Amino acid sequence: MRRTLAAAIGLVSIAAAAAASAEPPAGAAACSGCHPASTRVTSPVPRLAGLDQAAIVRAMQDFRSGTRAATVMDRIAKGFTEAEVQAIAAWYATQR
Amino acid sequence: MRVSRREFLKLGGAATSAALFPCPTFAQGAAPRVVVVGGGFAGASCARALRQADPRIAVTLVEANATFTACPFSNAVIGGLRELSAQQFTYERVAADGIAVARGTATAVDAQARSVTLADGTRLPYDRLVLAPGIDIRWGALPGYDEAAAALMPHAWRAGEQTLLLRRQLEAMPDGGLVVISAPANPFRCPPGPYERASLIAHYLKTKKPKSKLIVLDAKDAFSKQRLFQAAWAELYPGLLEWVPLSKGGNVTSVDAATGTLVTDFGRHKAAVANVIPPQKAGRIAEAAGVADRSGWCPIDPVTFESKLQAGIHVIGDAAIAGAMPKSAFAANSQAKTCAAAVVRLLAGGAPSAPKLINTCYSLVAPDYGISVAGVYQPSGGQLADVPGSGGVSPTDAPRASRAAEAVLAEAWFRTITGELFG
Repeated sequence: MRRTLAAAIGLVSIAAAAAASAEPPAGAAACSGCHPASTRVTSPVPRLAGLDQAAIVRAMQDFRSGTRAATVMDRIAKGFTEAEVQAIAAWYATQR
Repeated sequence: MRVSRREFLKLGGAATSAALFPCPTFAQGAAPRVVVVGGGFAGASCARALRQADPRIAVTLVEANATFTACPFSNAVIGGLRELSAQQFTYERVAADGIAVARGTATAVDAQARSVTLADGTRLPYDRLVLAPGIDIRWGALPGYDEAAAALMPHAWRAGEQTLLLRRQLEAMPDGGLVVISAPANPFRCPPGPYERASLIAHYLKTKKPKSKLIVLDAKDAFSKQRLFQAAWAELYPGLLEWVPLSKGGNVTSVDAATGTLVTDFGRHKAAVANVIPPQKAGRIAEAAGVADRSGWCPIDPVTFESKLQAGIHVIGDAAIAGAMPKSAFAANSQAKTCAAAVVRLLAGGAPSAPKLINTCYSLVAPDYGISVAGVYQPSGGQLADVPGSGGVSPTDAPRASRAAEAVLAEAWFRTITGELFG
């Protein structure tokens, strides 16, 4: 019984995570202004869909701290909290 | 009590559906209807984002033109660096998403009955309406500047025939001619636009007609990316381009199109080519729908972009009063996606969450010399405000390689965003 409940709770959190990943978190939709959503567009700016979550987070941290050279991303990265970046990166990692 | 896995999933499934769709629109079984008026950077983005978020929503996009002509990069067309065809897009792929594209002009909105009327009498009922009408020229605000005058002194502030007219006038002008640009007071579409245009016209003159001169008469004492523009002008176009601010007599008080004269408080300028960028307001349907205030622009809720004046109507893009966000194509696209997410939530009876928006706006000072401004925005005090510590313009001391990189990124941005809208 206890195990069934635990399994049920586990399912709830998985369902919640799935529902949350369907809708882009705050700020994520704006990225595709420059980062192509489509594979048909050629751009020196990389697509974010399918990128590793940790890699996106690291890039944003480095843009914010100035350790990675940037044109506009240094100015944009400073507008997002660590938690927002984590959520955006997690969402893009699930996109294709 | 023991809940089997199967029963749990059934229960969970039912609970999820109820949570997502408790509203009357979905409960009645009818597909919710969203009408989007205006097929530009805001409207086309919003229509596609709505369909993508929930294909059950019946989306109608009302647009008067079969072809969209983009304003960003139209200054390069004026400067002879690009053809107008590179600015033009059709709605075929938008329609292929399952969006009903209604060719026509929206002339009236009944906010109570929730319907839009088109010029041909078609009535489009909606559950939510999104207005993305862009700008209209405030004809008559500048004495002497009416539609007939615009045929002689083009504004070229809505891309298309006006863009080509200004280019032809520059091409026909003899070397040694005087070009005058009149820039309006805030707010107006594309704050750095007049100065990018001045730059690319100066580039054309420097290359093709070096004895000519360009004067910018400005109704302001400050403008977007000012230090960057002025430093670049001193470097690239010394003696060719003169900017006259408000405090030095830059405010144009009337024009005489027949003689090509622009009148200021301090004097008269007789131009061989005059480009009058006139005062503007939200596109006409905003006023007809009752969503424009006395300023001529549309106050909105910063979370949902719903009008503060009419329930059920959202306003995005240049027509909206979006606080710290400029009237740019990037901002319009960012607002469109935020608005679409909010509309989907509202149709499902949910509460939209606080958004975060971005703007990035490139300007060309020369074909290989780009500068940018970027910003991140969030709702604060009932408006969209800058996120403290974020945003700003390109560094003033950046090397030429970085200006060249920004020129490349500017074009990449245009390909990407028009790909998202029309590709």
